[in-house]
Amino acid sequence: MAITEPQKYTKADFESENDVRWCPGCGDYAILSAIQTVMPTLGIPKEKFVFVSGIGCSSRFPHYMSCYGFHTIHGRALTVATGVKSINPELSVWVITGDGDGLSIGGNHLMHAIRRNQDLKILLFNNKIYGLTKGQYSPTSELGKKTKSTPYGSIDNPVNPVSIAIASGATFVARTLDKNVKHMIEIFKKAAAHKGIAFIEIYQNCLVFNDDAFKDFTEKDIKDDHSVYIEDSKPLIFGKNSDKAIKLNGFSPEIINSSNGNSREILTYNEKTEDRGLSYVIGQMGVENPDLPVAFGVLRSVEQPTYQERLLEQERLAKEKSKKVSLEQILNAGDTWIVK
Amino acid sequence: MTITEEKKGRTAETLEEATIRFAGDSGDGMQLTGGQFTNATAIVGNDLSTLPDYPAEIRAPAGTLAGVSAFQIHFSSKEIHTPGDYLDVLVAMNPAALKANLKDLKSGGMLIVNTNAFTETNLKKAGYDKNPLESDLNQKYQVFAIEISRLTQLAIEEMKLPGKVVDRSKNLFALGLMYWLYTRPMEPTIEWLKKKFSSDPTILEANLKVLKAGYHFGETTETFISNYEIKHAKIQPGKYRNITGNEATALGLITSAQLTGLTVFLGSYPITPASDILHELSKYKHFGIRTFQAEDEIAAIGSALGASFAGGLGVTTTSGPGVCLKSEFIGLAVKTELPLLICDIQRGGPSTGLPTKTEQADLLQALFGRNSESPLPVLAAATPGDCFETLIEAVRIAIKYMTPVFFLSDGYLANGSEPWKIPLVNELPKLDVNFRKDKEGFLPYLRNKETLARSWAIPGTPELEHVLTGIETEQNTGKICYDPTNHDTMMKLRAQRIEQISNDIPDITQHFGESKGDLLILGWGSTLGSINAATEKLLEKGYKVANAHLRYLNPFPKNLESFLKNYKKVLIPEINLGQLRMLIRAKYLINAQGFNIISGHPLKVSAILEAAEKLLKS
Ligand code: SF4
Repeated sequence: MAITEPQKYTKADFESENDVRWCPGCGDYAILSAIQTVMPTLGIPKEKFVFVSGIGCSSRFPHYMSCYGFHTIHGRALTVATGVKSINPELSVWVITGDGDGLSIGGNHLMHAIRRNQDLKILLFNNKIYGLTKGQYSPTSELGKKTKSTPYGSIDNPVNPVSIAIASGATFVARTLDKNVKHMIEIFKKAAAHKGIAFIEIYQNCLVFNDDAFKDFTEKDIKDDHSVYIEDSKPLIFGKNSDKAIKLNGFSPEIINSSNGNSREILTYNEKTEDRGLSYVIGQMGVENPDLPVAFGVLRSVEQPTYQERLLEQERLAKEKSKKVSLEQILNAGDTWIVK
Repeated sequence: MTITEEKKGRTAETLEEATIRFAGDSGDGMQLTGGQFTNATAIVGNDLSTLPDYPAEIRAPAGTLAGVSAFQIHFSSKEIHTPGDYLDVLVAMNPAALKANLKDLKSGGMLIVNTNAFTETNLKKAGYDKNPLESDLNQKYQVFAIEISRLTQLAIEEMKLPGKVVDRSKNLFALGLMYWLYTRPMEPTIEWLKKKFSSDPTILEANLKVLKAGYHFGETTETFISNYEIKHAKIQPGKYRNITGNEATALGLITSAQLTGLTVFLGSYPITPASDILHELSKYKHFGIRTFQAEDEIAAIGSALGASFAGGLGVTTTSGPGVCLKSEFIGLAVKTELPLLICDIQRGGPSTGLPTKTEQADLLQALFGRNSESPLPVLAAATPGDCFETLIEAVRIAIKYMTPVFFLSDGYLANGSEPWKIPLVNELPKLDVNFRKDKEGFLPYLRNKETLARSWAIPGTPELEHVLTGIETEQNTGKICYDPTNHDTMMKLRAQRIEQISNDIPDITQHFGESKGDLLILGWGSTLGSINAATEKLLEKGYKVANAHLRYLNPFPKNLESFLKNYKKVLIPEINLGQLRMLIRAKYLINAQGFNIISGHPLKVSAILEAAEKLLKS
């Protein structure tokens, strides 16, 4: 990607003139602001950014950026983004989706865009609810969740977005949350620098239909005991007083005391681990078993050729190998005969 | 059967035309045999039309009716329009093939059967209680009971090859025999075999022996009274090749990439009978074509639409069930006014229907199969070769008017073939694309006054950043807008901008007959051949009839109404329950009559003829 005048833009250059219409206090505002903060730092000409979204509260996002954007149909943003990036691999393509859009109606595309290592950045706003349709349960809503469509409680097991991404072979997987702007910015920058698919789950509070869904990770007194922030190649230590740590007992993470000479047992997490099983175990922490903390940060970041690289390479080889043919030759191929 | 005294030096009897069908088990290589016979026939210079007919099951149980595969070819020294209604010759390689196809053989026609396949087991599988060859078939047909399997085996006996090889090459015996019967050259097939088996000289030798054995069997035995010659047809001078509709569609797309200078992006999901277009285009990675086999029909069109947004020529190829899945995206393409080509190779429906059979019942789906008002142009190809020209015309409209366009073909066009006059590259239409570069006065939905098309401003262009959305937007600015008056304006504008394309398409005229008369036969799509042939016959009989064919189903040609009103009656034959008829009646209040047979096969000339005569006399 051509790098030109990295300091040319400010945050304001990425703000659109459209009124932002999310509910006041919605977590989406912080995410928008974090993205607008990151964009000018990437050294990419503004016209090369494309924001593609599906349908849902989060999918209004492209309207609030001043970049090229395509607000498509429910669940299908990744398909459109695939076409955009495949026609012009020079573009920096960002996909905005939610837990309903990306995991329910669009679940199929998520798996396939990821396994192909499409060079796209996916921001999945997970608020564990359907906001735009006014409060039905979503694929990430917890079992027993009471909503308009589940007055007796949900009987569906929820999915864990990062687990799906890891299982599909995502080359970059991270989790962050709307209330931690600094962390979001750091993760978005890492995602932008990553070559290939980048999947980011963002815990996002929907204060109208699912307020406090993530309060364990945002409220001052309790958040430190419920979250562990991954720092590359550092031991997984957490807790209000940094007194807790994660150790692996076989495939099962356990909480141990971080002091007491336990340091050898503490799991040191390497973002670049090729071990998908380990990323899965850490990504799953706290989601099924609330006794464990939820991991925020980069769960996986590995290098692989992207779909677009493979596409261009195949074209290059085809051009190299096949004789130069003209349209006329193609039209006249095969058995022909002349009628006089 | 009388056998002539003179054995050698028999002269071939000259015929004007013939229709023959090879029928056998799916594993018998009937499509390949037919394809070879077609090439040889094309080289002789006959006009021709073919109709492959194969089962939907990949490996239906051998010997059963479900597993019968057939290939029909009609060839003539005159111009012809269809693969033929009834057969002069039926080659039946087993009892099931006989049972499934005999009804189409003319009485007095030649029935060539492989008697070795008429075993008790095979007869049972085909549902015969007793061997039909032992009945009175020869009262109605000229039956040639030939031991094709045994003769094949004898031809290569000394090579000591496994029985499998013998079984696999018996179709070449039948082909050789038919080459002799219709005085076709064997050389193209010999060349083809040499290429195909270049790495396996033993199999090549065996195949050549069997092919020649079939030919010599016809020549030296006295089984047949004479053989036949069909002189080359007087067709337009030029260079020709044989082409199927799917090949022509693929070539049309490759040509469009060259004419527009755009990269064609084909997003597609495998579906019968459209997959061959994906296969063909996938070979042209070095020629401005990017193909993407998507995870489903929706992703196929979504990626194509994304490609169009980013400045490629987005194309998706599918059949009716795929169109169902794509309809929401087609609506988005209508709303966002992006060029996009949706190629629907229609097949029998509803639901999964008859995947390998033809039908033209997706017309209303193409026109209306979306939520709300979402108008778009619809074009239909009329012959296999016409797929090329119609497709390029669809591309022209898509980019000039910034709109998704439906291109309709069908199973019969897709797999059927005809000699195609190869166009000269410098005579192809010019297709100019102008991406918007100028930021002065740019608004995403500001329109060209003449075409009502908005400009195509693609990502990567500085200072033309804008957001497209499926939500209703304000005229000109493209900003989200819920205003009632604006919505009304936009609904009417979207309709108007498609309707006014009629200013830019040719008037309809008649193919055969006069511009006024008692009856007009109006058609669209793949029925052209049958309708042409029926009209010619009606004219010969002295009726005041004409026929006309619609390539543009939306918008209709501007003169269509006045043109139709030049005829006292209008007959619309279709392979559906009257979809074009419904449109014509609704739009012009003309009492058009339908002729509708939906059998999975092309309409028969004789049936249209009969329907027309009935209507003329009523
Ligand atoms: S409904 Fe919830 S997610 Fe949607 S804008 Fe309002 S607060 Fe945000």
